[in-house]
Amino acid sequence: MIGRSVSALAQALTEKTISSVELTQLYLDRIARHNPLLNAFITVDGEKSLAQAKAADEMRAAGLATPLTGIPLAQKDIFCAKGWLTTCGSKMLNNFVSPYDASIIERFNAAGAVILGKTNMDEFAMGSSNETSYYGAVKNPWDMARVPGGSSGGSAAAVSALLAPAATGTDTGGSIRQPAALCNLTGLKPTYGVVSRYGMIAYASSLDQGGPMARSAQDCALLLNVMAGFDERDSTSLDRTKEDYSREFSAVASDKPLAGLRIGLPREFFGTSERSGCAPEVMQLVDAAIAEYRRLGAQLVDISLPNMKLSVPSYYVIAPAEASSNLSRFDGVRYGYRAPDYSDLNEMYARSRAQGFGAEVKRRILIGTYVLSHGYYDAYYLQAQRIRRLIANDFVAAFKQCDVIMGPTSPSIAFKLGEKAADPVQMYLSDIYTIAVNLAGLPGMSIPCGFANGLPAGLQLIGDYFSEARLLNVAHRYQQANAWHLQRPQGID
Amino acid sequence: MSLTLEQVRRVAHLARIEVSDAEALSTLGHLNGIFTLIETMQAVDTRGVEPMAHAQDLAQRLRSDQVSETNRREDFQALAPETEAGLYLVPQVME
Repeated sequence: MIGRSVSALAQALTEKTISSVELTQLYLDRIARHNPLLNAFITVDGEKSLAQAKAADEMRAAGLATPLTGIPLAQKDIFCAKGWLTTCGSKMLNNFVSPYDASIIERFNAAGAVILGKTNMDEFAMGSSNETSYYGAVKNPWDMARVPGGSSGGSAAAVSALLAPAATGTDTGGSIRQPAALCNLTGLKPTYGVVSRYGMIAYASSLDQGGPMARSAQDCALLLNVMAGFDERDSTSLDRTKEDYSREFSAVASDKPLAGLRIGLPREFFGTSERSGCAPEVMQLVDAAIAEYRRLGAQLVDISLPNMKLSVPSYYVIAPAEASSNLSRFDGVRYGYRAPDYSDLNEMYARSRAQGFGAEVKRRILIGTYVLSHGYYDAYYLQAQRIRRLIANDFVAAFKQCDVIMGPTSPSIAFKLGEKAADPVQMYLSDIYTIAVNLAGLPGMSIPCGFANGLPAGLQLIGDYFSEARLLNVAHRYQQANAWHLQRPQGID
Repeated sequence: MSLTLEQVRRVAHLARIEVSDAEALSTLGHLNGIFTLIETMQAVDTRGVEPMAHAQDLAQRLRSDQVSETNRREDFQALAPETEAGLYLVPQVME
């Protein structure tokens, strides 16, 4: 069973080859064996998981099964789950047992999915290597000396090492796509507003979006079908007609399944001099994947996203500004960490926050506080928001010429643990290809496109607003013709 | 642009984060590196560009003025560092 796709597992459950209790136990055993090395999970609670699995088996016996009934899934520890420790990777929430479910947890529970555990992540989703977690770094299953990417690094490592069939992640600047690329997974960040943020601990609210991480586009579609949907408890949730995100997979097979698809290649990624922004071994794999897309019938279009290079600077104003506001709630009064010693209220706040937050979170709160402070607001925050508009407009213009934009997901394969930890700017530049998508609010994916020195690389697919079903199909057609996504790390038995 | 140690301390105070002298100094170095990156924005002429606060241009949704939550004071206060008689306790602020 281990290593089968979500739909194959669902079929096995339907055919009674295995029960959800047995399947969940298989995965719990793998977690017990491999998690001490990988550190992909912060919390595992076999009793809770097996109780859910038992309920799922009963749901199936009663004829009430949905496609995910009985499927164990790893949940990023940013999603509140009732009765589960929910830390968001921080000491600040070291004792926070959530009294309620996030919307997506409610939806997975209603569908009969099983929570296999809560996955490790960069503290408050701020990081690109999973090294900022209070609970220790996660190891990349493809090379234990390297990072899995971040911030959804625990989810990526768990699925990649087959400790879970699939997982959830969240993506504010690349936190689903970059770890998916570094761990050989398929990950999707939906259009902003498609997946409810209720109960998803906020980092930068205008950018945060939850999404699936799995071993194929087909599996991602199965998860997104449950995750997506209107929620009145999220003020930015979009009220749209329900979609089946796997609807395009059933199109008739042919040797040119993508005939007519126009793929935009931004000069800012592929221009002769711009290519040097990406490691040559990654660029080679991306070029090969695009050549494969031509064989599948797609045509290539030269496009431009002229303000692309401004995405990292504007993001590091907007995201910290929103974070400084969102994280002001952690004050040691209603929940979370409180410092043991203080003499007055101000000292209680300042010490609780100094001791409860890690260095990167504090840095971003300080940046955000500064750019929003009197006298600097126009020069930084408003300027960043104007640039955000320019970046979004670039995409609007590009999608008049093409259907999907492609490029690298990450400028390198997985880097070594500690390699960038001391230099925030180098770490921030890990997300040069992904951040613009969040600023514009567009859907984006990363799919496996091959290996360099035994380590996986990702191809990024960016679609127009609400084009998730098409993106998933574009990914699926590639995965029908190639087997990169099925490769498994050798170091994990 | 370069921040000063005094600015770092002031911002840390505004953010209610205690910083030691050593931390303030290393934070200053990191923030200056980050602001060098951020400053590249300043070369762009954005006159006449409407600031974009949000990915979707939608009006805020309104809901009817009805009670939607149940009282779960005990569940929520069980998470607090210190409570008494249904209240959250903090150090005394007024004599």
